Amino acid sequence: MKRVAEIASTHNTITLEALNQFTALLKKEFLLETRQQHTLYGVMLYIASTVFVIYLTIDSPDADTWNSLFWITQLFICINAVAKSFLQEARGRMLYYYSITSPVVFILSKLSYNVLLMLAMNLVNLLLYTAFMGNPTESFLQFLFIGLLGSMGLGLVFTMLAAIASKAMQQASLMAILGFPLIIPQLLLLVRLSKTAFSEVFRDGVPQQLVLLLVSLDILIVFLAVILYPFLWKD
Amino acid sequence: MRLTWWKITAIVLLAYAVIGGLLLPVPELTQLGETIRNLYYHVCMWFAMMILFTVSIIQSIKYLRTGSIEHDIKAVSYAGVGTYLGLLGYATGAIWASFTWADPNNPAFASFGSIMREPKLIGAAIALLIYGAYFILRSSITDMDQRARVSAVYNIFAYAMLFPSIWIIPRLLPSLHPGQEGNPALNFNDIDARMRMVFYPAVIGWTLLGAWIATLKIRHKILMEKKWFTNEK
Repeated sequence: MKRVAEIASTHNTITLEALNQFTALLKKEFLLETRQQHTLYGVMLYIASTVFVIYLTIDSPDADTWNSLFWITQLFICINAVAKSFLQEARGRMLYYYSITSPVVFILSKLSYNVLLMLAMNLVNLLLYTAFMGNPTESFLQFLFIGLLGSMGLGLVFTMLAAIASKAMQQASLMAILGFPLIIPQLLLLVRLSKTAFSEVFRDGVPQQLVLLLVSLDILIVFLAVILYPFLWKD
Repeated sequence: MRLTWWKITAIVLLAYAVIGGLLLPVPELTQLGETIRNLYYHVCMWFAMMILFTVSIIQSIKYLRTGSIEHDIKAVSYAGVGTYLGLLGYATGAIWASFTWADPNNPAFASFGSIMREPKLIGAAIALLIYGAYFILRSSITDMDQRARVSAVYNIFAYAMLFPSIWIIPRLLPSLHPGQEGNPALNFNDIDARMRMVFYPAVIGWTLLGAWIATLKIRHKILMEKKWFTNEK
């Protein structure tokens, strides 16, 4: 009985330690973001110029075009925003992480940070789209929710791909090549689901089913990342 | 050349699939006519492709578990042959579609856009794009062990993402392609009994042929890198 309690207590300290490491790593990401503000502003400028170019090349798109343009913009933003999360880690720093934390904690912190980043970028993107091209949505809140859900999924997939691409040359372009085939189903689901916010009528339960599918895809990605990242971690 | 039993089986089954496939009676359907015989070649390509991709991912998992470079060579060889079969699947499908789906008032190229928006075609395109990316990823890493490890991780990740997409996309888009619910040709009611007599042997035959080609590639690659293997084996 005493042994069981002992094991349980060591187990507890391990999880507690992992949690501490996780928050420390997450805090480090935010700290880096405030210290190296050029990367964050770079992404925001990317969004602004992309939306501006779209605004100039197409005047007053209809709802369907608006929707698909929004998601494609979101996809490209994601590639740019998430790519840096592994690009900025120098070899030496990775070695340092290697000595102080475990791969699972590390990838989880990266995933969480990128999801938060993508949620913020989604808001910026949506704001700019609305400012430049109006907002054809019937239910803005619904679209906002779908947007956040979708950005989360994009952030998760591309974090894992950034981890893979960071081991190769020409990382940024490689990330796009690796990611596009994988993101197609999610993007199709999102474009389809977004149409609920444009007053398209769905059969009962279909939107809920789509949300459920997206959430389970996200869970699958996190699961795969946790299993597979330890193999990428070793250099 | 050593002819083991499964290679002989492959030869016999493929001879049967080609001769029997072209000569044996088939159901007469006005839409399809004699093009229905393409089932023995077109559908088999996709079956063989998916089987070889599955073998490839199993080898990738084995590589991650053991770290033996031999598994990596196997994984890439099976993926290569699978991709080749996928391209053949597209080619045979394009011939078939040009007789059955293409708009007779349009030249074939002009109907491409409307044909390509097929869930099955999109699923296949995703699979081929994934493996294209897999080969590009491999070629952009110079270190051998790292290349093997990183590409194994991508292989597993991509394959695990491919299956939900194959399942999801058909439910989002309308389709003309047979086998809307579930997998085409796996369903017993889909195919006439006479055709099943040729179809199943043909699937096995083409898959074995793919495996045969892959084993030759594997042997070739292992010989090429023999100097790394002399210590291991």
